[in-house]
Amino acid sequence: MNFWEYLRSREELLTFETWQHASMVFQCVVAALVIGVAIGLLVYRSPRLSAVATGAAGAAFTIPSLALLGLLITPLGLGVAPSVVALTLYSLLPIVRNTVVGLTGVDRTLVDAARGIGMGRARILLRVELPLAWPVILTGVRVATQLAMGIGAIAAYVSGPGLGEQIFSGLGRLGGANSVNMTLAGTLGVIVLALLFDACFVLIGRLTTPRGIRA
Amino acid sequence: MPDAPDAPDAPDPRAGIELTDVTKRYPGQRTAAVDRVTLHIPAGEIVVLLGPSGSGKTTLMRLVNRLIEPTSGTITVAGRDALSLNPTELRRHIGYVIQDAGLFPHMTVATNVGLVPQMLKWDRKRIAARVDELLELVDLPPDRYRARYPRELSGGQQQRVGVARALAADPPVMLMDEPFGALDPITREHLQDSLLGLQDELGKTIVFVTHDIDEALKLGDRIAILDKGSRVAQYGTPQEILLSPADEYVEQFVGGAQSMRLLRFSRVADVPLGETPTARPGDDAAAVRDRIGDADDAFAVVLDDAGRPVRAVTRDDLRDAAGPLGERGAPVPEPLHARDTLQRALEALIQTDHDRVPVVGRGGAFTGTVSLATVQDAVRDMRRAAERRTAGTA
Repeated sequence: MNFWEYLRSREELLTFETWQHASMVFQCVVAALVIGVAIGLLVYRSPRLSAVATGAAGAAFTIPSLALLGLLITPLGLGVAPSVVALTLYSLLPIVRNTVVGLTGVDRTLVDAARGIGMGRARILLRVELPLAWPVILTGVRVATQLAMGIGAIAAYVSGPGLGEQIFSGLGRLGGANSVNMTLAGTLGVIVLALLFDACFVLIGRLTTPRGIRA
Repeated sequence: MPDAPDAPDAPDPRAGIELTDVTKRYPGQRTAAVDRVTLHIPAGEIVVLLGPSGSGKTTLMRLVNRLIEPTSGTITVAGRDALSLNPTELRRHIGYVIQDAGLFPHMTVATNVGLVPQMLKWDRKRIAARVDELLELVDLPPDRYRARYPRELSGGQQQRVGVARALAADPPVMLMDEPFGALDPITREHLQDSLLGLQDELGKTIVFVTHDIDEALKLGDRIAILDKGSRVAQYGTPQEILLSPADEYVEQFVGGAQSMRLLRFSRVADVPLGETPTARPGDDAAAVRDRIGDADDAFAVVLDDAGRPVRAVTRDDLRDAAGPLGERGAPVPEPLHARDTLQRALEALIQTDHDRVPVVGRGGAFTGTVSLATVQDAVRDMRRAAERRTAGTA
């Protein structure tokens, strides 16, 4: 059976796994975006807290993904739960760091101007700081998504959802029937998804960045 | 007006700004940044806070809208006790202009200008109309500029938008922190003139911070010269400061060339104008000739229906003339405005071949004439007055 015939014969399963993979990455990145921006907002006004937050996120990042997934089996069992937790954790780092960098990078004279014309704290955040930091935050989300795509494939190690299943099964019976086809299908699927997501980010970036600050 | 004028807590544009015994002390610093300063800023005037960096002039200004909270003292702004108000609410009724304009780069010109009215919950239509009105006021045609982003404007245009934004909700008081400091000299000069023109119309109470003595002398109705700790070394009109500096510090700050500065910063409106007979085209020529009198250089100014000077007629022009004046006489030189400086008047007098140049006030209406003698007398009088003051205080 050649690769195309393999794809055709497993069409339904592959579509389902691709969809699962995309859905998992999307949900984890959204969760990481909410949590990461929240952490960024809490810490960005204090240089020390900012350092602690980015440092902690960076430290979590150095744990090998396979090890983290394995360690999560004890408290969370197998399947979706450890996969989602691990993916969200890894996605946090670029988002937290870019949120902090983006917010602290907002020109202080603009914040002064905003205070001076009578904007309150919340309004300054929503109308000045976040919009100006947004392109930087979005870049963080983009990096996080690429990361989650790759790490998401490893989630199959803890029986997580997604295209990792193809890769791991293929690698598991290397030399057997269809083993190369399976590995190839999983890997290519992840690459195609990653490219599609990235294209979406380019579009989102253009749509959500005001013309006045577009590069 | 954002508030009904009779609301009890509405800002009162007839009251200025009062700082009484205001002190600002930062923790861990031995000397106070602002040390027991008392300053009365009259309504409708431009008061310049002038001093070197470190004199606390910006700190003093920022106390007014509570971007900095005073350690002690009282501050009233437009009749309201600033310290008892919600600071955000207070600031919405105080215009704020900073160096480099501080426009929000992700918002259009119109959004930037409409920010304060939006916070004051004006409806959309009213905001749009107000934005256009303000852009018109600062010489930026709304159709061309309202949808632009700040980065598409020059520095000078950005600062005009900054001024428009500060004026948006028609606040009685404006704070301007070195607004023209980062601009090239020509643009700066131009914006200073525009500000004076605007002020003629609007009569705001303006606190203007600068370290540029020439800017202070040009713009200020009064100038407060600040030393360390915001000590007010002298508080007076530009003439008072030029002619009788209170102490060595002020003298050193003002520097030399005071006579030339006097000409540059005294206005035509400050000097007594020469009286010159006027006439209308329909007047009887013989009667006008009698009015002109016998002096060699005597003439009359012919005014149009709006009272603007058009021509000058001399006795010679009217020799043997009878009937109405009509089109007799020669066109008058370009008139001076009451707002022009004496230096400008001097230039005009040297450039024209007339002894006298007409002066116009509001709407271009004729108010009198200036001659070289007028300028000379004015400078002499200012000097005498200053000498008397100095003798009186010594």
